[in-house]
Amino acid sequence: MIAFIAKRLAAGVVLLVAVSVGTFFLAHTAITDPTVGLLGTTATEAQREALTIKLGLDRPLIVQFWDWFSHAAIGDFGTSWRNFQSVNDQIAIKLPVTLSVVSFATLLTAFFGITLGMIAGLNPNSMLDRMSKGITVVLFALPGFWVSLVLVIWFAVNLRWFPAVGYVQPTQSITGWLRSITLPAVSLSLMGIVVVAEQLRNEVIAVNKQDFVRTLRSRGLSQGQVIIHILRNACPAALTMLAIMFVSLLSGAIVVEAIFSLPGIGQLINSSSQIGDIPVLLGITVVSVIFVVIVNFLLDIALGWINPKVRVK
Amino acid sequence: MSTTAIVQEDADPRASKRQSIFSRFIRTPAGIISLGVILFIIAVAVLAPWISPQDPNYVDLFAAKAPPSAEHWLGGDSTGRDILSRLIWGTRTTLWGALITIVTALVIGAPAGVVAGYFGGAFDRAASWVSDAIQAIPGMIILLVVAAGTRQNFPLLMATVGVLLTPGYYRIARARTLTIRNEPFVAAAWVAGLSHPRIIVKHIFPGVYAPIIIQTALAAGIAMGIQAGLQFLGIGSANVPSWGAMMNEGFRFMLTSPLLLLWPSAALGVTIAALAVMGSTLGDLVRVRTPSAGKKATAAAATANAAARAPATGAFAYDADKAAVRVENLRVAYATPSGESEVVHGISFDVAPGEVLGIVGESGSGKSQTVFSMLDLLPSGGRYEADGIVISGRDVAKLPAKERAKLLGSEIGYIPQEPMSNLDPCYTIGFQLMQPLRSVHKKSRKEARDIARAMLERVGIADVDRVMKSYPFEISGGMAQRVLIAGAIAGQPSVLLADEPTTALDVTVQAEVLELLRELQDEFHMALVLVTHNFGVVADICDRVIVMRDGDIVEVGEVRETFAGAKEPYTRDLISASLDGAASRRELDEEFAGKGANAQPAAQGA
Repeated sequence: MIAFIAKRLAAGVVLLVAVSVGTFFLAHTAITDPTVGLLGTTATEAQREALTIKLGLDRPLIVQFWDWFSHAAIGDFGTSWRNFQSVNDQIAIKLPVTLSVVSFATLLTAFFGITLGMIAGLNPNSMLDRMSKGITVVLFALPGFWVSLVLVIWFAVNLRWFPAVGYVQPTQSITGWLRSITLPAVSLSLMGIVVVAEQLRNEVIAVNKQDFVRTLRSRGLSQGQVIIHILRNACPAALTMLAIMFVSLLSGAIVVEAIFSLPGIGQLINSSSQIGDIPVLLGITVVSVIFVVIVNFLLDIALGWINPKVRVK
Repeated sequence: MSTTAIVQEDADPRASKRQSIFSRFIRTPAGIISLGVILFIIAVAVLAPWISPQDPNYVDLFAAKAPPSAEHWLGGDSTGRDILSRLIWGTRTTLWGALITIVTALVIGAPAGVVAGYFGGAFDRAASWVSDAIQAIPGMIILLVVAAGTRQNFPLLMATVGVLLTPGYYRIARARTLTIRNEPFVAAAWVAGLSHPRIIVKHIFPGVYAPIIIQTALAAGIAMGIQAGLQFLGIGSANVPSWGAMMNEGFRFMLTSPLLLLWPSAALGVTIAALAVMGSTLGDLVRVRTPSAGKKATAAAATANAAARAPATGAFAYDADKAAVRVENLRVAYATPSGESEVVHGISFDVAPGEVLGIVGESGSGKSQTVFSMLDLLPSGGRYEADGIVISGRDVAKLPAKERAKLLGSEIGYIPQEPMSNLDPCYTIGFQLMQPLRSVHKKSRKEARDIARAMLERVGIADVDRVMKSYPFEISGGMAQRVLIAGAIAGQPSVLLADEPTTALDVTVQAEVLELLRELQDEFHMALVLVTHNFGVVADICDRVIVMRDGDIVEVGEVRETFAGAKEPYTRDLISASLDGAASRRELDEEFAGKGANAQPAAQGA
């Protein structure tokens, strides 16, 4: 077990370093002169030069990289080029917003995806299966932000059940917080529900055909008990989908955050990329990859618990 | 089907396969509609300069937020530009962007996947690592950085989306290639001296292209979604009409002019939906090609209709009230695309308590189907009817499904054929033995554990503590079959159904397992129905035997009489086929000389 953890940790660190290095050089190659974005097109040559020196952009790229990397390695992502605030602080303020929306979306996905997938998989080609397949295709088709727009119009503008925009801190009001993240979470979850349900349906159909299910039934187990056996065998792929969805939404909910005016990571990414605030973008990238590593690690442990055969490998 | 079709298939499997999938695809309603929509959209994009009623950037101030009219069919946008024209030109932008994305992803991902899957080794490890790393990268950040850095160069941006989508292609191509590479015909081609590139072109490519096409339909939809999302965020030239930018404008004015949002949203939704429907329909067609449960049905389909409703075959040996099991006129049928196909055509037989009945026949004779019917556990699509299935004096065929299920595990025990696939891989042996005892027989945890341990000891497992804690993959096939026998008898059933219980085992283990079954059957005075294709097994432990062929019973009799002089030539063929070989010969001689049980040592000696 310790060897397993050490190995995963090492692989995670390698991935983290690789993605950091890649993103650093990509960002500096793509954004050749950050002062254009930061000062706008009206700035004078002298202003530009002053900022270049202030940010240390006149140094060789490899020196800049080491300066950033050696600090990032000890958890200090530097300061924003726009307002010279600590990148760590900015991420710390925005992350809880995104985390609460994305976690809620993941919960919704898990619940509805697994329920729908189970029902469809246990009754393949039934009316319900065909209906859910129809819904699947339609939902998969529609981008999350498209659905957000519909939800805003319908539930926030027409029915006024939920606020159209804005975020309420849970410390201010728990119900207000829940109401403020419901519509964004629903629109982020739809795609995931479809993917998880489809994945689980196919797995359930495959497991249901296996010999051991008949043998379990022949022992007199109830339908509920047999379903638990089937679910445990069928769920790894769907669980992997859930994990992928969770981490990809952490930095991928930009458009939905923009529609609902949520002050989350997505908004920070959007505003920072428009002016080329590289330290902020690098900080968010590293934090996202840390989440990828942690979630993948937890996923491996969960998969090993579900199917002990995986543990041996 | 004539022979020419087969010849064609041999000559060029790609061509005939493509034709058949494509022609079946356009014959489904979903297929023809989605294809029609996509062709229409492509036509609109190509013909945009000719069909667009106006210049998409021409500003007519009087048309600002105008409702649909004769001049502006869909109305005007917030600055007075013609919405229909912008929608038509936006189609061009959307398709062009999606094309760049999928070509990029396809050209990088698919060949890399084929090479990694075919050759394996260092390239496979490196490419798989890169693929995983790309998936770990926060894609939107990369896209926005590229957008900011390249002054919103859209083709480059869409190519970047393509790079981010390469892992999808890589994984599919690699997995398919791995599967095909392990097929015997690829090894044969290699031995025959074909070069690797030729094998890839001739054998790998035909198997890889179908899932790649499906992936492309889905990837195109995803690319359009991302593209519209980026445009919605304001990325892209203001002069190039795009659906995403139109949606952004609609969003800003959605309270006053909801139509502004409707048109581009509908265009995007319909396009992506058509792609998704096309992908999923193609996927279904490709998946249907792989044979599944249909095999059993087709094997017997030829004879099914001719024999349908023929009188029941077989006979009863006991009075109805003396039999432990009495099956009367059992018919089993499977639903197939061309209607129902009968695989068991009305058979009757019975077993007395403490008797061992062998059911012998070749694969497809319907013997396993008979057992599944008695359990009421036919695979999906299967259905049986019978004038009666009497078990311990009750006609269970007339019971409701719930009542019927209650007999399982208490009145009827079942031993399956393939030991390794009949234990749930996710649970320990101990759990799997104890669960039915606890829930069906209402034992406490401790009682259940004691019974399970006693049963394992009874079936001859030496290291009971270790086996209880083991997972199925940690024990041998012979041990797994003993575990399954322990599970079947733990509920002390009066009837035990064993479906080829020794077929998957080593010869030496087979004899031990048969011996064990015989002992247990004697000890608990169970009626044992033993399905097998092997007359040697019948000789070993059965009292009576019925011979099945193509869903009918062709012979019933005492084992010794049947061996001495079978009435049916088919039975004689089966006997000589089963007992072909020195060891079996000896076994048979001993069977004739003395009693069945004496045959044991001989079988072990083999």
